[in-house]
Amino acid sequence: MAVGGHFMEKLKQKWNAQEDEKWGPNIERKERRDMIGVGRTKQYANALEKSLGKGKQEVSLNAFAFLFSELVQYNQTRVDNIAELERRLEDAGYGVGLRVLELLCHREKGNRRETRLLGILSFVHSTVWKSLFGKVADSLEKGTEHEDEYMISERELLVNRFISVPKDMGNFNCGAFVAGIVKGVLDGAGFPAVVSAHFVPVEGQPRPRTTILIKFSEEVLQREARLG
Amino acid sequence: MAPLAPRSGDAVFANVERVNAELVTLTYGAIVRQLLTDFEEVEEVNKQLDQMGYNIGIRLIDEFLAKSNITRCVDFKETAEVIAKVGFKMFLGVTASVGNWDADGTECSLILEDNPLVDFVELPETCQGLYYCNVLCGVIRGALEMVSMKTEVRWVRDMLCGDDAYELKLKLLEQVPEEYPYKDDE
Repeated sequence: MAVGGHFMEKLKQKWNAQEDEKWGPNIERKERRDMIGVGRTKQYANALEKSLGKGKQEVSLNAFAFLFSELVQYNQTRVDNIAELERRLEDAGYGVGLRVLELLCHREKGNRRETRLLGILSFVHSTVWKSLFGKVADSLEKGTEHEDEYMISERELLVNRFISVPKDMGNFNCGAFVAGIVKGVLDGAGFPAVVSAHFVPVEGQPRPRTTILIKFSEEVLQREARLG
Repeated sequence: MAPLAPRSGDAVFANVERVNAELVTLTYGAIVRQLLTDFEEVEEVNKQLDQMGYNIGIRLIDEFLAKSNITRCVDFKETAEVIAKVGFKMFLGVTASVGNWDADGTECSLILEDNPLVDFVELPETCQGLYYCNVLCGVIRGALEMVSMKTEVRWVRDMLCGDDAYELKLKLLEQVPEEYPYKDDE
């Protein structure tokens, strides 16, 4: 990633130098680009030329809730059973996860990413959660029965906020989308894992909490053991 | 009780719960990608996005009316202003400007300076003809239909396609008269 960034920087410098030659250094580069656009019919937006932003912009929670509800409803029309629906939501989340990893490594970590198991888990639990859901996840625990299992739990997962699952849909959990995000982040960082979302009843609470169960693949644990 | 004073978009937005715009941007991107994979044709994707927007719009209008205290608009001009200044602000945290009115006052442009849906987005060649933000057209159309206005909403300028702004054309087709007395459910 660092190499790629360096290359882009060079390319940009070259492009700017060429432009300076053509227009003289007096006009702001941005303006020039607009002027160049005048003669041409269409110039497609280039996402790399825009600044990344600090990620502080906000929209209303309900705008997200409406959108998420459409995502779920649409996917319901494309499947025959709950498992398939969860898989499709997970797929959608996976794409988000890959992008979030890249974005946050660049913005928060100075283009470095975690290479150790606990490091990446705490990155998901704190950095990713905070950026996407505005808070650190309620808890991060190691599974008691299996060495390769970890759990991130949330009392009220943002995506489940306005969702009640009908009785006939059994254990379906829209958190599958978030599980997909986690899977995307982990996979992208080189920690392949099976990730799933489950409801866990909490004593004295009307609503169950959601637990994201992470089961790392064998190679990850072997590597971790080697690294000591 | 006297009717409550209408609230500005800023005031409503300041009081609603908010989330990071990037969550919405990326989730919306995931939806569009899924549609593109499922349907392959951009035309069909445009249609689906519009339909999703419509589904959102017919529900969103309730929240809009409840939170903004906006009452009946005197004419379509006011309606467009309210959408641009209160509607957009309240949900997406941005405002639009209204312009390009036709002579009858039934067609205008909504121009978005800022659009949280398109961060990080670049359309590949294969997606030409895709109205990436078509969901917004559906939202406006759906919401207005619930307040007795049949409209047509379409994109005319899109920065993702190389234009210099995001511009929606909003056209009032028909003002559906309300039926009175209202029928109870039989």
